[in-house]
Amino acid sequence: MLDAPITELSASLRAKRFSSVELAQASLDRIASLNPALNAFITVDPERALADAKAADALIATGSALPLLGIPIAHKDILATAGMRTTCGSRMLANYTSPFDAHVVDRLARAGTVLIGKTNMDEFAMGSSSETSHFGPVRNPWHRDHVPGGSSGGTAAAVAARLVPGATGTDTGGSIRQPAAMSGICGLKPTYGVCSRFGLVAFASSLDQAGPLARTAHDLALLLNAMAGHDVRDSTSLDRPVEDYARMLLMERDSRPLAGVRIGLPAEYFGAGIDPGVAQAIDGALAELRRQGAITVDLALPNVGLSVPVYYVIAPAEASSNLSRFDGVRYGHRAAAYTDLADMYRKTRAEGFGAEVRRRILVGTYVLSHGYYDAYYRKAQQVRRLIADDFRRAYAQCDVIAGPTAPTAAFRIGAISDDPVAMYLNDIFTTAANLTGSPALSIPCGFDPSGLPIGLQLQGPAFAEARLLDVAHRFQQATDWHQRAPTLAESTGSLPPEGAQ
Amino acid sequence: MKWEVVTGLETHAQLSTASKIFSGASTAFGAAPNTQASAVDIALPGVLPVLNRGAVERAIRFGLAVGATIHRRSVFARKNYFYPDLPKGYQISQYEIPIVQGGSLSIATPAGEKIVRLTRAHLEEDAGKSLHEDYHGMTGIDLNRAGTPLLEIVSEPDLRSAVEAVIYAKRLHALVKWIGICDGNMQEGSFRCDANVSVRREGATTLGTRCEIKNLNSFRFMQQAIEYEVRRQIELIDDGGTVVQETRLFDPGRGETRPMRSKEDAQDYRYFPDPDLPPLAIDDAWIERVRAGMPELPEAMRERFVFEYALQAQDAVALTADRETARYFETAAKSLAAPSERTGKLVANWVLGELSAALNRDERAIGAAPVRADQLAALLRRIADGTISGKIGKDVFDAMWAGEHGGDADAIIAAKGLEQISDAGAIEKIVDDVLAANAAVAAEFRAGKEKALQSLVGKAMAATKGRADPAQVNAALKRKLAGN
Repeated sequence: MLDAPITELSASLRAKRFSSVELAQASLDRIASLNPALNAFITVDPERALADAKAADALIATGSALPLLGIPIAHKDILATAGMRTTCGSRMLANYTSPFDAHVVDRLARAGTVLIGKTNMDEFAMGSSSETSHFGPVRNPWHRDHVPGGSSGGTAAAVAARLVPGATGTDTGGSIRQPAAMSGICGLKPTYGVCSRFGLVAFASSLDQAGPLARTAHDLALLLNAMAGHDVRDSTSLDRPVEDYARMLLMERDSRPLAGVRIGLPAEYFGAGIDPGVAQAIDGALAELRRQGAITVDLALPNVGLSVPVYYVIAPAEASSNLSRFDGVRYGHRAAAYTDLADMYRKTRAEGFGAEVRRRILVGTYVLSHGYYDAYYRKAQQVRRLIADDFRRAYAQCDVIAGPTAPTAAFRIGAISDDPVAMYLNDIFTTAANLTGSPALSIPCGFDPSGLPIGLQLQGPAFAEARLLDVAHRFQQATDWHQRAPTLAESTGSLPPEGAQ
Repeated sequence: MKWEVVTGLETHAQLSTASKIFSGASTAFGAAPNTQASAVDIALPGVLPVLNRGAVERAIRFGLAVGATIHRRSVFARKNYFYPDLPKGYQISQYEIPIVQGGSLSIATPAGEKIVRLTRAHLEEDAGKSLHEDYHGMTGIDLNRAGTPLLEIVSEPDLRSAVEAVIYAKRLHALVKWIGICDGNMQEGSFRCDANVSVRREGATTLGTRCEIKNLNSFRFMQQAIEYEVRRQIELIDDGGTVVQETRLFDPGRGETRPMRSKEDAQDYRYFPDPDLPPLAIDDAWIERVRAGMPELPEAMRERFVFEYALQAQDAVALTADRETARYFETAAKSLAAPSERTGKLVANWVLGELSAALNRDERAIGAAPVRADQLAALLRRIADGTISGKIGKDVFDAMWAGEHGGDADAIIAAKGLEQISDAGAIEKIVDDVLAANAAVAAEFRAGKEKALQSLVGKAMAATKGRADPAQVNAALKRKLAGN
């Protein structure tokens, strides 16, 4: 049942081939059997899920045609859900339940989706491997001793393992696209401001954006249709006309559906440091796009190489401020014993935050501090503009920019967890879209020799979501990478060491 | 060697919006702790600030009132520090680009008119309150005030004494109330000042090291604090010491300032632009809309009063001390007659005299005066047309104040029979009676004792319970005594 994409599940629900309750139960059963090995979920709420599904069935019976009605989904545990705890993968919020829903949570609920639970993630979304969670590392369904990517690794693993057909993630520097690539599924980071950040627990406010992960481009479009929309509670949310992100997908085209589409290939995305297996898969994908009529254009993004250093100044700077509210005063973890106020803050935050979060708070505090602000934060913002200028020039020559989502396929759990710089370099192709606010997605385009999935990243200028989804959809009409499923029974991953984080 | 005092003030004026600057929670004072703190105010995970346009409009109003530049683009910044009553761990303020830049206020000092330059005014949010009492060694936190909109108004160090600082602060206080952006309630903390104080040898061109005295919430304390601080700094330097830059607190009980934190302890606030709030864009149309809704400013009104109502400058200043008084005066004056020298002066005298005294006595605000402006005008009309004398007018006013006859002056005059006696025949008779009964006094006058006339006038007035027109009585007596 759960092997089908949302488009098919939705048709089956409306045709009453099975009910939403049956679908939710199938999801819950699969989670019960596979989640202990994958650790994709932090919280699952069967009672609520079945109640939601029952309500959806009642609406389906009345003939409602909402495309997501009755579809089971999950939310990354950084999106606030009333009545279901929102931990951010942190000890700090291990027992925190929000009194309100995030805007995207609310929108998806109104679209009739059935909330199954909350997915595991790098603590406060800080990571590229989903290893830093207080609730333990997430495992890649394709190889359980490998990471699923991060920080939305729980969502990626859950969708790849067919626990749910679609789920939300958040992307600050690649946290939707990179785990989508490493887990063999699709993930979209929308244009900054398309999805409200209200209820998204802030990591880096100028970069954070929620988006969908699913198994097909068409499913991404349906989920984004529900998630996008203006919200007066977020001053950076954009008030623009409602858009049907699936509109281009449904247009009839001939055998060369991508005729006239110009695909930019920045030299910087095809240089040294890319795993040969990844390079080969990307070349294959580009050949397919050309076969469908797309024109590839060689171009340059001279400053894009600075994306990672710029990102690792701006994101920690904003994080150091955003995470100040976790002080043990009003909610969340508070140290049991302390001598005075300063001691309470120190112990609470040292106990409540993991090593990576503490590292980024320290870096962020440093780059904003008196005497260093100009050299780091201000300079980073200046370079950010130069990077945006590069992309502006590039989009005069092309409609879409293509390249690998990540330089390698999924790495082993623990392989680089002690080497922050190596870990940060995973974000080399993804951070630019966050710095420029533009949309980008990742779709499966092959496997490396060890059978780990590889993702193709497509980027476009602001509001190019429909175009990106169309290119991805046409690619998926002619390929079957997105239909490959991990054979979980045959997975050979060893169990994690006790208490691994 | 003479010393010069150099002072500048940073004033926090709480803006009179119904809701907070970044949330929809109420700003009303005095509610039970934490009942006016929304999810945004207590900084729950995932909440975001949304700017209150009413706060922006009030800042624009202020900028227009002081002739400042309104920046078409200003930026909200985060001021980061940890404190339990600061829920987000940062205060949203404005740093590099404030909404209001420059401008000035003129103040009336004992040495004459003086222009005080303003550096800037920026929007920011207030913090909550820490409650250290009644919690048995623990601290209570009340976040009702968290997120209340403030306009921080920074003056240049143009003030040369504690007295000047207080005059400036009072002038600013009156202005923010006048333009309706702040209720000015100092007890409730709606208007509070920090004073930067330094001293230097007269003639010196560089500034001395300054100390900042925090949270002066009364004009009296401000004067005491600055005077103490000036003495302290002068004595310190005279004794061969040096002033250390620090933040000090004024202890009203002991009348002295004491150190709070030194520059070395000063926090690094790590200001940076708040990514949750786009830069604040203000277009000309918005400014013009605000300008159109601005009340006439006190200086302009003062000049107009002098011109239209032929008032003394001093009276015009007093009548424009606050908007309520000015409105009362003008309503009464217009109700009485078209502006003319005579009625303007009459109304001014009554508003600043009788009315003001009665308000003081009963501790009432002018807006709550039992005698309305139009009612006072009705009374003054009877004085102006000679129906009653000014002296009788005061009795009528007291009766109106007490609510007799619904405060209707004419009804009170009629009921009490207080009309002035100005009929020539009646006056004649009264004067004849007085002369007959006081022949000896009349003889004294005729013998050259001028003062005797006053005694006779007094007796005539007494005989009519003050109702006789004193000018007519005076004239009739003189005529008769001269033997005509």
